[in-house]
Amino acid sequence: MPEPLLIGLNLSAFYRLKLGEIRAVDGVDISVPRGSIVGLAGESGCGKTTLVNVLLANVRPPLTIIGGTVMLDGIDLFKMNREEIRKKVWGVKVSYVPQAALNALNPTKRIIDLVRDAVRQHMPATDSEIVSMCRRRFEELNLPLDGIIRYPHELSGGMRQRVIIAISTLLNPRLLIVDEPTSALDVSTQKQVLKMLLDIKSDRIIESILFVTHELALLRQIATHVYIMYAGKIVEYGPAEDIMLEPMHPYTKALMYSVMTPEPESRQRGIITIPGEPPSLVMPPPGCRFHPRCPYAMDICSRKEPALVETRGDVGVACFLHHERAVA
Amino acid sequence: MLEARNITKLFRTGLFGREKVLAVDNATMTVRRGEIVSLVGESGSGKTTLCRIILRLIAPTRGEVFYDGREVTRLKGKELKWYWSKVHGVFQDPYAAFHPFYRVERVLYQAFNLLPPLSDDEKKRVVHEALTSVGLRPADVLGKFPHELSGGMRQRVAIARCFILKPELIIADEPVSMLDASTRMGIVRLFKDVRDVNRSSVVFVTHDLGLAYVVSDRILIMYKGRIVEEGDPVEVMEYPSHPYTKRLKEDVPLMYRKWGGF
Repeated sequence: MPEPLLIGLNLSAFYRLKLGEIRAVDGVDISVPRGSIVGLAGESGCGKTTLVNVLLANVRPPLTIIGGTVMLDGIDLFKMNREEIRKKVWGVKVSYVPQAALNALNPTKRIIDLVRDAVRQHMPATDSEIVSMCRRRFEELNLPLDGIIRYPHELSGGMRQRVIIAISTLLNPRLLIVDEPTSALDVSTQKQVLKMLLDIKSDRIIESILFVTHELALLRQIATHVYIMYAGKIVEYGPAEDIMLEPMHPYTKALMYSVMTPEPESRQRGIITIPGEPPSLVMPPPGCRFHPRCPYAMDICSRKEPALVETRGDVGVACFLHHERAVA
Repeated sequence: MLEARNITKLFRTGLFGREKVLAVDNATMTVRRGEIVSLVGESGSGKTTLCRIILRLIAPTRGEVFYDGREVTRLKGKELKWYWSKVHGVFQDPYAAFHPFYRVERVLYQAFNLLPPLSDDEKKRVVHEALTSVGLRPADVLGKFPHELSGGMRQRVAIARCFILKPELIIADEPVSMLDASTRMGIVRLFKDVRDVNRSSVVFVTHDLGLAYVVSDRILIMYKGRIVEEGDPVEVMEYPSHPYTKRLKEDVPLMYRKWGGF
C-alpha cells in the first residue's frame, strides 16, 4: 500500500492560558490516504479546527505543540520554520479553506488581486501569467470567467465559495483541507459546492481532501473515510460506510441518531437523546471522556482511558465494550 | 385553532422606501390543537416574517390572523396580553433572548406579567417546577448570568417559560439550529414533551427539512413568500408536487441513500 499523503502521529496541542491548559488535541493519530476524502466530524469545541491547525503546522501561542509528528507527502512539517512552511508548504502542498472563508475576503480587492498576492508568495509570476492560470482553471471547473475580475460582494455565497476553492487550489496542492465549507449555504447550492470538490479531485488538481464538518449526512454523501472526535480525542475511525451505518462507539452511535434526514428510517427511529453536554477541555473527566454521558458505562470506564484499537477491518474504536470483544 | 389568512407583507427599503420587498405573498396557514406543524423554507423565504406576524410582533400589509375564531391582528393592551399568554415564541438565538446584565431567572419571572397575579412563594414554586421539567436543576441555573450557561442550557431556560405560561400554541423559530448534535435532540424532545404534557400545539419554523420530517404531523413548504406545498411529511417527501419541493428532495443530503453521480 502506498504511503498515506498525510500522517499525524500522537499529536497533542494545548492552549496555554492563565486559567490553565485547554487540552484541545490530546494524543491524536490521523492519516489521509492518497485519493481519499476523509471526514473529520465532531461537535463545536471538540478540537477539530485546532487539529487542522496542528496538521498545517499553523501553531502560534497560546496554542502549543506538546508532542507528535506530521508528515505531509514525505515532509516532516515540525522540522521546518514558519517562513519555510509558508513558502514551500501552504498553497503548494496543502491548501486550507477555513470556516466562513466566504465572508473573510478583503472587500476592496477583486478576486484576481487576491490571487496575485497569494501566488507571488510562492513564485515570481507576471500579471498575464497569473491571469491565464486563473482563466484555465475557471474553464476547467466551468466557473464563469468574469468571476476573476469581480469584487467578493458581487458574487453569490455559493459562487464565492466555489471561486475560493478554485483559487486556493491554483497551484495544485496535493491536499485540500476544508472546514464547514457549506454551512452557510442552502441545500441546492451546497450540493453544487460538493460536486465541485469531487471534480477538482477527479481532475487530479488535488489528490485528497480532509473535510471538517459537524454534518454527518454530508460525509455520508462524499467521504471515503471518517474520523469521529470527542473532547480532544479520536473515538472512532474507519471507512465511511462502516462508521456511519454500523457505528460501534456509543458516542458515534449517539451522533448518528441525532441526524435527522427526510427518510423513513429517520422518522421510525424517532428522537433518541443523550444526557449532558460535552465536557470542559480544561478539566476533562478521568478515564474515557464520554463515560459521564454514556449509557453503557462500566466501572473501568471512569478509571482507565481506552486506547484506540483496530477491531474489525480498518475500523478503530476507543471503547472498552469493544476491546473485550477484540481480545476474546 | 389558529388561522393566518391571506397574509401579505411588503417591506419598503432604500431611499424614501422606493424599493419594495415582498416577504410574504398571500400565505394562508392553519394550526390545529395539539398538532406539531413545520414551516420549512430557506433563508429569505419569508418564514420568519410570517411567524412574527402570527406572534403579533409585526403587522401584516394585508390579511388577518384568527385565534379561536377571533381576529387578533389589531388587538391592543389587555387583549394583546391575553393573546401573548396563549401564543408564545421561542427563538433561534438563545443568547438574544436574555439581557446580559440580568440574572437568567428574570426572563422566567417576567412571564408572570402575562398571568393572573400569584404570590412570591407560588411564583418560586412554579419556576422550580418549570426548570425541572426542562431537565435543569434549579440550583445550577438560578442566580447565574446568561454567559455562564451553555447554549443548550439557555435554550432550555427559554423553553421553561413555556412550562410557566402553558401557552396553547408555541412558535419556535429555528430553535435548534445553533445547537450541537448531541444537545439538539434533547431540545427537540422537550418540544414534544410540552405538546404531550400541556397539549400545546407547536409550529417549528426551520430550514431543516430533516427535522421537519422527523417531528411533524404536517409540513408546509415555503418558497419566495408563498406556501407552495402542504401535507403529511411522509407523503410530501414521497410525492412532492411543486418543483421547489422536488429540488429540495433531490438536494438534501441523506444518511441511508447516496446521491447519484457522487
